[in-house]
Amino acid sequence: MASTAAVPFWRSAGMTYITYSNICANLVRNCLKEPFKSEAIGREKVHFSVSKWVDGKPQKPTIRSDTPEV
Amino acid sequence: MFRQAAHRLLTRSTTIRRLYSTEVATDASSGDSAFVEAWKKVAPNIDPPKTPIQFMEPRPPTPSTLPSKLTVNFVLPYAAELSKAEVDMVIVPATTGQMGILPGHVPTIAELKPGLLSVHEGNDVKKYFISSGFAFVHSNSYTDILAVEAVPLDRIDPAQVQKGLSEFTQKLSSASTDLDKAEAQIGVDVHSALNSALTG
Repeated sequence: MASTAAVPFWRSAGMTYITYSNICANLVRNCLKEPFKSEAIGREKVHFSVSKWVDGKPQKPTIRSDTPEV
Repeated sequence: MFRQAAHRLLTRSTTIRRLYSTEVATDASSGDSAFVEAWKKVAPNIDPPKTPIQFMEPRPPTPSTLPSKLTVNFVLPYAAELSKAEVDMVIVPATTGQMGILPGHVPTIAELKPGLLSVHEGNDVKKYFISSGFAFVHSNSYTDILAVEAVPLDRIDPAQVQKGLSEFTQKLSSASTDLDKAEAQIGVDVHSALNSALTG
């Protein structure tokens, strides 16, 4: 018995639910009025510092963020 | 299909039906009895330590008569908008349409699409625009609404919405790859939902 559940358009285009949800959230955030908009955008920034380990010692960490600094 | 029937015939008499989560005892304050007995055999003079389940609040039981109010937990990743708020009804924007949840609603899991959420308490109606998320209704009339972004309608800028709508409609017609089309379609959906929330 084949599954006949209809696939949402973003799933058939290769997108995962979490990507879809994040895109929706970003679009809503961009449509906010001013003080709320900058608060919301600041709140959702993601930063992490990555350091590669060589011979059991961490090398210098690099800071990565989801909005790459130009 | 016939393979499943044969398998079921073989296992029906031998396996015990696993309990659903609503049937499992949720009050574990006395601790896991098998663990406590094993502890007492080894160290009878020391009290057994508490296990994680004893620290958890037991799930509120399913009342035998219809409760009069719905308990809503409306949470966002960064804050709890409503925490155990007793309300009369909530209307959530499920992918299958606007769904009204009243006390005593059948347990449901609903995926939400970008749209209006309204919380009705007496004569007050609070409206929020949700970007996407899920709503879980449990058998004890507790409703958990999880959303990534939820904003009260007065925080939305109509000019931005119109601009976004026209931008994405234009992108949709000029999109080439499937992924671009999907992103443009999402943009159109979100902005038109925002638009109808503002005007409706």
